[in-house]
Amino acid sequence: MRVTTVIIGAGHAGLAMSQCLRTRSIDHVILERGEVAHSWKHERWESLRLLTPNWLSRLPGYRYEGDDPDGYMTMPETIGFIERYAAHISAPVRSRTEVTSVRAKSDGYRVTTPAGEWECRTVVLATGACNKAHVPPVAAALPPGIDSVTSQDYRNPAQIQPGGVLVVGASASGTQIAEELQHSGHPVTIAVGEHIRAPRIYRGRDIKWWMDAAGVLDDAYDEIDDLNRARHVPSLQLAGSTERRTVDLNHLDDLGVRIVGRLVGVADSKAQFSGSLRNQCELSDLKMNRLLDRIDEWAEAQGLNGSIDPPHRFESTRCVNDPPLTLDLRKGEVRTVIWATGYRPDYSWLDVPVLDRKGRIRHDGGVAEAPGMYVIGLPFLRRRKSSLIDGAGPDAQDLTEHLVKSLDGRPVATS
Amino acid sequence: MSTTKRPVDNGVNVEHLLAARQALTETPAGAQFKWRAKCEWVRGTHSRSTVEDFFGLGEEQKHKRTFTFEADHPEVFASEDHGATPVEIVLAALTSCLTGGIAAVAQNRGIQLHSVSATIEGNMDLQGILGIDSEVRNGFDGIKVVYDIKADATAEEIKALVAQSQKRSAVYDVITNPTNVTVEVRKV
Ligand SMILES: Cc1cc2nc3c(=O)[nH]c(=O)nc-3n(C[C@H](O)[C@H](O)[C@H](O)COP(=O)(O)OP(=O)(O)OC[C@H]3O[C@@H](n4cnc5c(N)ncnc54)[C@H](O)[C@@H]3O)c2cc1C
Repeated sequence: MRVTTVIIGAGHAGLAMSQCLRTRSIDHVILERGEVAHSWKHERWESLRLLTPNWLSRLPGYRYEGDDPDGYMTMPETIGFIERYAAHISAPVRSRTEVTSVRAKSDGYRVTTPAGEWECRTVVLATGACNKAHVPPVAAALPPGIDSVTSQDYRNPAQIQPGGVLVVGASASGTQIAEELQHSGHPVTIAVGEHIRAPRIYRGRDIKWWMDAAGVLDDAYDEIDDLNRARHVPSLQLAGSTERRTVDLNHLDDLGVRIVGRLVGVADSKAQFSGSLRNQCELSDLKMNRLLDRIDEWAEAQGLNGSIDPPHRFESTRCVNDPPLTLDLRKGEVRTVIWATGYRPDYSWLDVPVLDRKGRIRHDGGVAEAPGMYVIGLPFLRRRKSSLIDGAGPDAQDLTEHLVKSLDGRPVATS
Repeated sequence: MSTTKRPVDNGVNVEHLLAARQALTETPAGAQFKWRAKCEWVRGTHSRSTVEDFFGLGEEQKHKRTFTFEADHPEVFASEDHGATPVEIVLAALTSCLTGGIAAVAQNRGIQLHSVSATIEGNMDLQGILGIDSEVRNGFDGIKVVYDIKADATAEEIKALVAQSQKRSAVYDVITNPTNVTVEVRKV
């Protein structure tokens, strides 16, 4: 089969790209291994709500129009939202068509699936940034009898055997899972490395409202100081909830969660935690305050002062006094370890040499090093918000412009 | 939101460090270093360590001269006090590593330093090393460093400087994280 562009993946990013290609009359197909919104259906825990408010769910030609703009979508609502988008734009999705290989040919690519091959001039990788839970090598040293679960396999507290849980990682996934398990009666310890603290509400408004309005989410990839670093910062410590609560380390401490440093090793069946917790918390508080400073400066410049709550700062992260440095994993205190240590994309099906030695795709703002190949949906691809639902639209727009130019007046390859 | 950098001089050649970072990103093999020291027992608890050569950037390297460190124990341990105790050397290593880092980070962030001084204190319960109580660890049960810094920067910026220096410090990492240590013996 011939088509000008193959989009791989029918998540919101692939769909946004499809909509932009349609408005430029580029014929294309979306190949999806499962169904539309597959990862939201199969790779998230049950109680998860988006941490972005509903009004921030904006896609090209579509947006949230319900009666709770400040709420946070549940998983079924998110799935429904993306499915309705696919229907709304009549996206040409081929479900249950897993791409098993992409190979370069003289004037484009050959894309192989069990349902046949596609030849295309350009290909868009929209397969997601979170295909595989990343588990650090120390996991291999856990003693027998301890269950090991990733944030991707985690569904609900009932799935976890009774007893203590060690959650490793304190970004958005780790803090939310720790909170849920502690509430359900599992005594939780959370191992904290680098993390970025953020209040849910600041000066009476959602932190994402501020980040959007003050332009933080729009910071551009070619204008920031250290792009490599920016692409690897962990997710903000945020959660979506009906009461719009802040889920930071102080909140977990209030709930009785035990807070320890980064898990750095397991020796003689003892987990070892870094003594750097205090510094990790300090760095995180400093980063949060820098964000709030930027917001305050912007609010001042906009003349908002006076009409909204005055600037204020939050109590420092307090739960850092003398945390234990070791934990005996044989004593029954911990029955399960949950790895909330981040996610990685999976490019095992990609037979084009565009990966660096760490398996990351080499690209300039989504334009991959291989001609005619594009990638979308990665962290800080073109903007700080690139991996958020709200970031897909402007990125898809930019990449479509590039793609159309690269076709150089020879767009349609139908037959 | 990059601010234009003020010209500052803390005596750190940041351009050189950044160039090294760039070069080592492209050829990571060059970043594999081996640091070495040699140690000779002198008498009693007195020992002398020397540091002379190391391996890095793909080849053997030599310091401009041989550095010598005397280590001993104080008279309260019935020793002769020919040098600082090894744990004091560790404390000195930690503050000097952090202090060097503070200067480098300040230079990179365009912050002029005027003075940086630190006091460092490590608490230790000797019941561990004397074998009196096996529950007590041998090492420090806590280390506290206090920095006094005069610089053209806000209190927040100075805090951030010190935090970043901890994040990048090799000795801080060595002390806060477990490291596998192998000690072999050769009979001569
Ligand atoms: C726990 C978690 C919470 C998040 N919360 C939010 C939030 O609150 N707000 C927000 O805006 N973002 C959030 N995100 C980030 C982001 O929106 C999601 O990661 C989102 O799923 C990314 O969209 P995507 O279209 O890039 O990828 P995905 O939705 O993952 O879509 C990729 C699609 O590609 C398909 N695919 C993969 N490989 C192949 C193949 N070889 N052949 C064919 N198809 C393939 C997959 O089945 C999938 O359907 C969250 C992410 C995670 C992991």
